[in-house]
Amino acid sequence: MLSRHADLYSIGEEEIEALEVGAAILGTGGGGNPYIGKLRALQVLREGRKMRVLPLQALPDDAKVVSVGGIGAPLISHERIKEGREGLRCIRALEERLDFKIDAIACEEIGGQNAMEPLIVAALADLPVVDCDGMGRAFPEMQMTTYSIYGHRSTPSAMCDLHGNVVIFDHAASELWHERLARACVIAQGGASSLASAPMPGVFVKRFAIPDSYSRAISLGRTVREAQRNNADAVEAICRFEQGQLVFTGKISDVRRELKGGFVAGEARIEGFDKHEGDVASIIIQNENLVFSRNGKTEVVVPDLIVILDIDTGEAITTELLRYGQRVSVLALPCHPLLRTPEALAVVGPAGFGLGHLNYLPLDDVNAPGAGPTEDAKQ
Amino acid sequence: MYRLGIDVGGTNTDAVVMHEREVLSGFKASTTQDVTSGVVEALEGAIGKAGIDRKQIDKVMIGTTHFTNAVIERKHINPVAAIRLGLPATACLPPMVDWPADLREAAGDSGYLVRGGYEFDGREIAPLDEDELDRICDDINSRKTKVASVSSVFSPINQDMERVARDHIRKRCPDVSVVLSSDIGRIGLLERESAAIMNASLLSLSERTVDAFASALTSAGLDCDFYITQNDGTLMNADMVKHFPVLTFASGPTNSMRGAAFLTGERNGIVVDIGGTTTDVGALQHGFPRQAATVVDIGGVRTNFRMPDVFSVGLGGGSLVRRDDSGTVTVGPQSVGFRITSEALVFGGETLTATDIAVARGEADIGDAARVAGVDKDTVEKARAAITQLLQRAVERSRISPDPIPVIAVGGGSILMPDKLADLDVVRPENFAVANAVGAAIAQISGEVDRIYSLENGLTREECLKQAEREATEKAVASGASPSTIETIEREDVPLAYLPGNATRIHVKVVGEMEGAHAVAAR
Repeated sequence: MLSRHADLYSIGEEEIEALEVGAAILGTGGGGNPYIGKLRALQVLREGRKMRVLPLQALPDDAKVVSVGGIGAPLISHERIKEGREGLRCIRALEERLDFKIDAIACEEIGGQNAMEPLIVAALADLPVVDCDGMGRAFPEMQMTTYSIYGHRSTPSAMCDLHGNVVIFDHAASELWHERLARACVIAQGGASSLASAPMPGVFVKRFAIPDSYSRAISLGRTVREAQRNNADAVEAICRFEQGQLVFTGKISDVRRELKGGFVAGEARIEGFDKHEGDVASIIIQNENLVFSRNGKTEVVVPDLIVILDIDTGEAITTELLRYGQRVSVLALPCHPLLRTPEALAVVGPAGFGLGHLNYLPLDDVNAPGAGPTEDAKQ
Repeated sequence: MYRLGIDVGGTNTDAVVMHEREVLSGFKASTTQDVTSGVVEALEGAIGKAGIDRKQIDKVMIGTTHFTNAVIERKHINPVAAIRLGLPATACLPPMVDWPADLREAAGDSGYLVRGGYEFDGREIAPLDEDELDRICDDINSRKTKVASVSSVFSPINQDMERVARDHIRKRCPDVSVVLSSDIGRIGLLERESAAIMNASLLSLSERTVDAFASALTSAGLDCDFYITQNDGTLMNADMVKHFPVLTFASGPTNSMRGAAFLTGERNGIVVDIGGTTTDVGALQHGFPRQAATVVDIGGVRTNFRMPDVFSVGLGGGSLVRRDDSGTVTVGPQSVGFRITSEALVFGGETLTATDIAVARGEADIGDAARVAGVDKDTVEKARAAITQLLQRAVERSRISPDPIPVIAVGGGSILMPDKLADLDVVRPENFAVANAVGAAIAQISGEVDRIYSLENGLTREECLKQAEREATEKAVASGASPSTIETIEREDVPLAYLPGNATRIHVKVVGEMEGAHAVAAR
């Protein structure tokens, strides 16, 4: 029914190229490099498959929408590239298990590698992708989607690897349990798998998904490329496009990393220059950039987006590539209001990352005249 | 005993004669079509100037951009049977998928996917499909392909399956040369595989080129082993270059940086190589160029070669100096390039260039200073400020620590460099014009390990680093390094997210001086 919908728009190679750039920026330092995913998407297009995106508002209330994504270590998927139809097998397994027909595919996270997987799966299945996602950025864990936060139970789900193994998670006691079980299964499957979650009704998705993710990421990528072509200030163009703020420019003076509970945690320090001469910034990292402070004062806190860009090209620098001496611009972009409610902040706010001593202060308020971090927000 | 360093660039072939740490002579000749005659002219010039007995030369080191240029120009590329072991993994992206069409065409555009490969923890993805290998061998024979590359998933962790496949192919196709990806690159399948395919496509060119170098040396009466520099500033013996030409990619900037380090005695610093059109800036760490962390594009192909992290800015001796209506003065990125000797004011031309600014301020004595006496003083001072700012920004960008490190200026355009850049002192060595050839003459031998270790069962990070260091040392010694001179220059460990057992990627690199004249090939 959706395939003939008037609002559908097709995306081609140019859009995929732009999406690679935009998704890397929205990855906020994590989410992996979308390059391999881009190549896969281009291959699928060259095979004559169609990629179609459906605006969120055009989604019928009773449509059955399944979110699909890759799960595992980004480095693994860079070496042990996917077989290619893992995601397709996931949705077929789910359809068989639940005896229903999927109407549209949704995206779990638009930041990084996972921006591409839903497009690929949808093209192979001849389904549309809804123009939305569950994060509006990248987060490291499955329960950190607006889908889960606002009550969707993501099991039964199906996880597939390239060997042909299909694992159904029939019931998880909580979203956190689902994440835990899935993580264990990924390791057995070689460190990178695909996963399709239980179907969501269109009415739920329309209400609780982050809207316009694909159109936004693609336009963002185009903005960067266009600025680069015209020798314009790419960083400034991104800020304008995202209604974000350039909070710092400087040089990385130290990067510290350690393993903490399976994640790479650490801190990058930046010495300011130009307008920020004499200031020192710090960014707390856990896969993604989580907290930005200036001279010891917390200014931007997850789930608002903290983006580190190469000062000249405006290209995103992922946390594993940060190193001493890089000249960077730090942008703060406001997250979607759906990530700012108390129930969302409990999962994707500072507390969700073990930073319970920090209060979330919405980006716009922080920068309003006279505003500053609250007492609690000081470290 | 003496050593001879030669740099075969696109335009010039330079040669230097060195005795221990002393540069006795340098000579510049034009690079020739046949390579040989240019090399002979340069080395005869350098030997003549040094006034030494050529029988006393016991080592020759050559830096060359020949193989990089072959890929960029799509010349002398042979068809390759590109075989990948990894099915059912990787099926969605065949070999050379992200290559430009013309280069893929030149390399034969024949990729094969075979069941095999490893998981990150060493399990097999699938047993190697030898029947399929047989079918591929028949195809290779019927197409009369002469070279093959083999890449297996996670081969940097376990090379066994690539080796088994190689032996299998050699049995069925005795005339075919086989290149293994694990001999060339690191983790990152497509990049490593592309490097292996490129290497295979260049094998016959490298054979011819190395033989041409050998005959140039023989015809000059030099009867000694010779070595060729790799992209990391270390040496390979000539035989190894026949097998691994891609390892010479980007040796040009490396040699210039290493030469700069040697000529000044600095082991840590920023090297600024100023040419006619651009300035290359890179950082030295322990006497070696710092390597780029990200992928490097060669002729339109992403590779993960170890390459110096060089940053280029559009500033050189020939950069145009312009003043707009508001009085703002800009320098570059447009340049008169090699036409500087006719177009710059001091050379009788009509164009105000960066070189003219240096002469007008009395910082350089080139050409006819009288011809710039009339240049507006405000323009001169503003141009000087703009040049300094460009250089300062480039240097800051390459700086690797907050310590006050020296800035080393080399290249023909180094007159543009002020004596101080902010808080950093500028060093200008003698023989700066032949820094490349000096860099080749002083190159060392390296060994490297880059692998994922599992830090469990009581194995500590320190133990893994030590184990990697031991293995790297063995590799360097096998390639001809003297064990007593081995030194670790890179030690890096990066924990990997989401993997069990505290998986950590460890990268160790050691270097050492060359052991005598009779270095043993690694393979």
